[in-house]
Amino acid sequence: MTDTTPDAVPAAPAKPQVIEAPADRTRRLRVGGVMLVFALIGLALAAVTKGGKATFQLVSGDLENNLLGVPAQPVAIVLGILGVGAAVAYVLRQVPQRYAGWLAAVLGVAFIGAFLCWAAAGKTFPLANQFQGTLNFATPLILGALAGVLCERAGVINIAIEGQFLVGAFTAALVSSTTNSATAALIAAAASGVLMAALLAVFSIKYLVNQVVLGVVLVVFATGITGFLFDQFMQPDAEKLNTPNVLSAVKIPGLADIPFIGPILFNQTILVYLTYLAVAVVTFVLFQTRWGLRIRAVGEHPKAADTVGIKVKRIRYSAVLTAGVLAGLGGAFFTVGYAGSFAKEMTAGNGFIALAALIMGRWHPIGATVAALFFGFATQLQSQLQIIQTPIPGELLLMAPYLATIIAVAGLVGRVRAPKADGEPYVTE
Amino acid sequence: MSTETEAAPAPVPPAKEPERRSGLPSWAVQGLVSLSAIVLALLVGAILIIVGDEQVQKAVGYFGAAPMDTVSAALSAVGEAYKSLAVGALGGWTPISESLTQATPLICGGLAVSLAFRTGLFNIGAQGQLIAGAILASYVGFAWHLPPVLHLVLAIVAGLVGGAIWGGVVGLLKARTGAHEVIVTIMLNYVAIYLLAWLLTTKTFQRPGRTDPISPIVDNNAQYPKFGDTRLHLGFVLALVAAVFVWWLLNRSTIGFELRAVGANADASRTAGMSVGRAYVIAMVVAGALAGLAGTQQVLGTDLPLTDGVAASVGFDAITVALLGRGTPLGTVLAGLLFGALNAGGLQMQLITQTPLTLTTVLQAVIVLFVAAPALVRSIFRFLPKERGAGAVLAKGWNG
Amino acid sequence: MHLELSGLTKSFGSLVANDHIDLVIEPGEIHCLLGENGAGKSTLMNMLYGLLQPDSGEIVIDGEKVQITSPSDAIKHGIGMVHQHFMLVPVFTVAENIMLGRENTWAAGVLDRKKAHALVTELSDRYGFEVDPEALVEDIPVGVQQRVEIIKALTNDARVLILDEPTAVLTPAEIDELIGVMRRLKENGTSIVFITHKLKEVKAIADKITVIRRGKVVGQAEPSASEEELAELMVGRAVDLVVDKDPADPQDAVLRVEGLTVIDERGFTAVDDVDLEVRAGEILAVAGVQGNGQTELAEALLGLTPIAAGTISLDGRDLTGRTTRQRLDAGIGYVPEDRWHDGFVESFSVAENLVLDLFRKPPFGNGLTLHTDEIEKNAEARVEEFDIRTQGVDDPLSSLSGGNQQKVVLARELSRPLKLLVASQPTRGVDVGSIEFLHQRIVKERDNGTAVLIVSTELDEIAALADRVAVMYRGKVVGVVPADTPRDELGLMMAGASKSEAHDVAIENPTTLGTI
Repeated sequence: MTDTTPDAVPAAPAKPQVIEAPADRTRRLRVGGVMLVFALIGLALAAVTKGGKATFQLVSGDLENNLLGVPAQPVAIVLGILGVGAAVAYVLRQVPQRYAGWLAAVLGVAFIGAFLCWAAAGKTFPLANQFQGTLNFATPLILGALAGVLCERAGVINIAIEGQFLVGAFTAALVSSTTNSATAALIAAAASGVLMAALLAVFSIKYLVNQVVLGVVLVVFATGITGFLFDQFMQPDAEKLNTPNVLSAVKIPGLADIPFIGPILFNQTILVYLTYLAVAVVTFVLFQTRWGLRIRAVGEHPKAADTVGIKVKRIRYSAVLTAGVLAGLGGAFFTVGYAGSFAKEMTAGNGFIALAALIMGRWHPIGATVAALFFGFATQLQSQLQIIQTPIPGELLLMAPYLATIIAVAGLVGRVRAPKADGEPYVTE
Repeated sequence: MSTETEAAPAPVPPAKEPERRSGLPSWAVQGLVSLSAIVLALLVGAILIIVGDEQVQKAVGYFGAAPMDTVSAALSAVGEAYKSLAVGALGGWTPISESLTQATPLICGGLAVSLAFRTGLFNIGAQGQLIAGAILASYVGFAWHLPPVLHLVLAIVAGLVGGAIWGGVVGLLKARTGAHEVIVTIMLNYVAIYLLAWLLTTKTFQRPGRTDPISPIVDNNAQYPKFGDTRLHLGFVLALVAAVFVWWLLNRSTIGFELRAVGANADASRTAGMSVGRAYVIAMVVAGALAGLAGTQQVLGTDLPLTDGVAASVGFDAITVALLGRGTPLGTVLAGLLFGALNAGGLQMQLITQTPLTLTTVLQAVIVLFVAAPALVRSIFRFLPKERGAGAVLAKGWNG
Repeated sequence: MHLELSGLTKSFGSLVANDHIDLVIEPGEIHCLLGENGAGKSTLMNMLYGLLQPDSGEIVIDGEKVQITSPSDAIKHGIGMVHQHFMLVPVFTVAENIMLGRENTWAAGVLDRKKAHALVTELSDRYGFEVDPEALVEDIPVGVQQRVEIIKALTNDARVLILDEPTAVLTPAEIDELIGVMRRLKENGTSIVFITHKLKEVKAIADKITVIRRGKVVGQAEPSASEEELAELMVGRAVDLVVDKDPADPQDAVLRVEGLTVIDERGFTAVDDVDLEVRAGEILAVAGVQGNGQTELAEALLGLTPIAAGTISLDGRDLTGRTTRQRLDAGIGYVPEDRWHDGFVESFSVAENLVLDLFRKPPFGNGLTLHTDEIEKNAEARVEEFDIRTQGVDDPLSSLSGGNQQKVVLARELSRPLKLLVASQPTRGVDVGSIEFLHQRIVKERDNGTAVLIVSTELDEIAALADRVAVMYRGKVVGVVPADTPRDELGLMMAGASKSEAHDVAIENPTTLGTI
């Protein structure tokens, strides 16, 4: 064969110059606009912050020592300006695209800081309680979101987290009441989560039911079945069947003595420690193991996985069922991890917030965890602000996670992209 | 010279396997599948009733001695429960009127979900749209004082507008930014719930002298007229009118042609010069208005004051209604009537046989689960013929 | 490896896709499987690769009968396949794609990434592939992605490598490189099954040729056979693709495109400063290898893709920034490239599809209401005129054959007065009989004084239809030449050479294939 002369046919293709696509530009301006709005709100709050000190309580219940006092308005103004700076830098593309996320983080922290200075000016804000509560509220959200990550990375949409929570909560309460064993309660909750996951798996993978439909129906089903069992059995015999033991906190020696964060992070129940573990394990498994590689492959391009001999459906079953363990444990938190007894529909939409965290976290376990912590923070802040009496109605703060998610999916915090084959059943001839 | 003009990149779809079709028209097949699903759900319900029945539990205690006791106790438990359910739903004018009352918001909510379905949108937000409609309708109903007819009309319009706004936001976000409507509607449901909770603590909405979240009762002039002594009100007729309107819109109007085209193939619609975004906005505005209408039926007809329980589970039940109704107006009406009857009958069943009302929630979920998996139903009832295009409602993921 | 297929049969419903196919692949040979699209080549290979199960027949490897029920069976038996649509996970790195399914792991299933990396580097070096193991697949060019696919097959120790239409997305230079790779593989003893419908490629590389038509083996041929002979075998009759047409009688320019630039989603310049002019009564063909901006150009003309710069005008009227609907209303007819996706709504009836862009206006609609009887009447007329085979105009379009679905699209677009017809790959996926009909309709539209712009990757189609040819390469129009320009020159221009360069080089130094 003869080669064509090199000067006639251009040699190795030079990498084409990348210009910002119109869609990216629009997104940048839109995101920047939203950031700027938040930054300006932060600055406005700083402007109306009262004089005097904002005092932050660093140890729960200790009103005498361990207080951190800052001059409220000056700090708020500094933070406000920092936030505006970050927003402007983003709009003007002053930092490489890779670091744009950090600007958003800077803005977020600055905004929250300014907000707290404003709210706590002249008062004492229980900061330790705030973080303690954040962790509490976030624990089930993290577990639920991780369950969602596993399912959706494998290509199965999981809207039924709420249903798995309910069933897990019910089972944990029931088993804890009857056996008095925390271990048995957690195992049973995990198993019930797997059972719900099995419904999700069979109907979506085998019977190819639309997964959004399926998720909604499973939530209705879980609401119905736990409601029925509660009405029929648990409620009439509440003494015996609905008096679970709340898990007790286990102090980790050494770590629990770290100032400020020690008691918050390392004086927790076993369920919280399991959650820490789950975050690490899911992240590692998903990105560093064979099973994780295959999960991601069947969620992105199942046919490609099939052609190299991977059993697509088997991987999907394994991912969805494993996720059931996490979601079931997340459900257990509502009863044995926190409130004690079971009540109808007690998960109150937390499963959907977990779904939101998964999306906000862009289908990444760490991202989902951060989002869940943020949502937990907002929820806890609501009750804290009620205590120190601010003019903001608590209901509006409770909306924050939902509004934040809408902003996120509207592409206002950057590109949000689901696994390519998420929600698509795999059908072979 | 090459004789083939087919180049590789755009795949030619493989030859379709001719479907094994029965002589039955597809609506008949769908009806059969739905009926089978209902039968299966009743069987599942029967198991729950049997497990929960005290007589049965006692009889099981001496099962070895007299096994037939267990069987007869089980049969009688199921018989009693379903009998009271049927009587409570259909046994006379009052039960029927109660069933229709329960069906009213379900039909409108179901239509809201169905219409969006046909446009390729999954509207999980009927709950929020209903609440938004109820808030505005209720406000106009109790805060304004107007002559008869006019007051009712304005209150209804306010409800439609409230729902339309709440739905329209979803359409607009989808059209402008591609935000997935499932996520946005779920989130907006909760925003509406907290908005309502907050409003009911404000001076504007909270009934004077009360500390619980409840609004004043709407004026007489703003209430839907009731039929006789029953709770059934004019809102039911409006629900039927709405169904006819949706039928006309989808099948006989240019807008509906566009909505259906976008729902079936957005890319082809765009190529044919339609505005996909506009279709999404229109569909969600109309869907929201329909859910808002359901909201007016709650606050101007059934409940009268606005409370934080105004939507109950109507928004979610509406989804199951639409799924059972397969996205068609007639199907939605029928499904709404069925679930309305289940709800009304379930209340009677709870009163008479102490079978919890929550059983009907299980029944609804199971019915829809089976309807959504016709292959499963067919594997149980072998005689069922295969359905064309079954289960292909909206097989799209987050990216679609 | 000696591979023998005997009596392989596969039907989909009433359609027999493969009918008792016998095929023998000798060790170290390049065996071309030649046939039209839809002839059953891919079905056959998918059975060999375990993606489809044969209804009957057997596969014998080195004298031993084997069952291949999944791709892993195929891999185990030393069969590798490079699919027409690459089976690569775009968000994975090259190394991740290579290790997928055959991962080396440490304890507890932890991936040994180093090993995968080393493997890619080694194979890449051995065959001169120049593939970066850590690059994300979605970031690398199509030609390199194909090499990743080949590496994937090689790491599984494939002794028979199936290449399904591997040249469709490549430039002539890349095709030359691929041919080099195939020769090197052959020297190493790998057998290659090369699936194509391009006769010139077959002649350039095959050791043996098997021709398939309508699911049956219709003959074996040697590479020395003439193209005419092969073509006749492939389509079953002597083919004359030349359309009977009078010379064009071009009038004033109808479409004027100036400085058109389109930036694609990933920020690459898809269409780069293009100027074009199409006159009433002429057919301008846009030629080029798939993926050089033709698709985006056509979409930009219709307003389906946003443009970054430039103007588009029709009959002197500026259309830049107008909506698709306004452009259609202004008299542009459009046959989209991917008709199964963009051209019709499968679940809609034939009648509804025939008014998909006409339903708003009388007589079919009056703004708000739809006149269903008029829509039916129109459908009856179009079905008659275009000989669309359907049981009834109310049947869903999905019940029609592919060719008839295409006719619905063309019938719809030609059923109103046009100033400009834009047709992308107008006969892709159409059987030979329909091609002639569709070509004649397009020429007739030209003779009616409509300006016609055809986008095609097939030089044969271009030769048959075009009055002038604009060649696109990497988003630029490298030249507009008369329809009778030699193929060698067109081929070089499609690889980026300018008009004069192409002319010189084509004379001195023809490519392997003469033309593509």
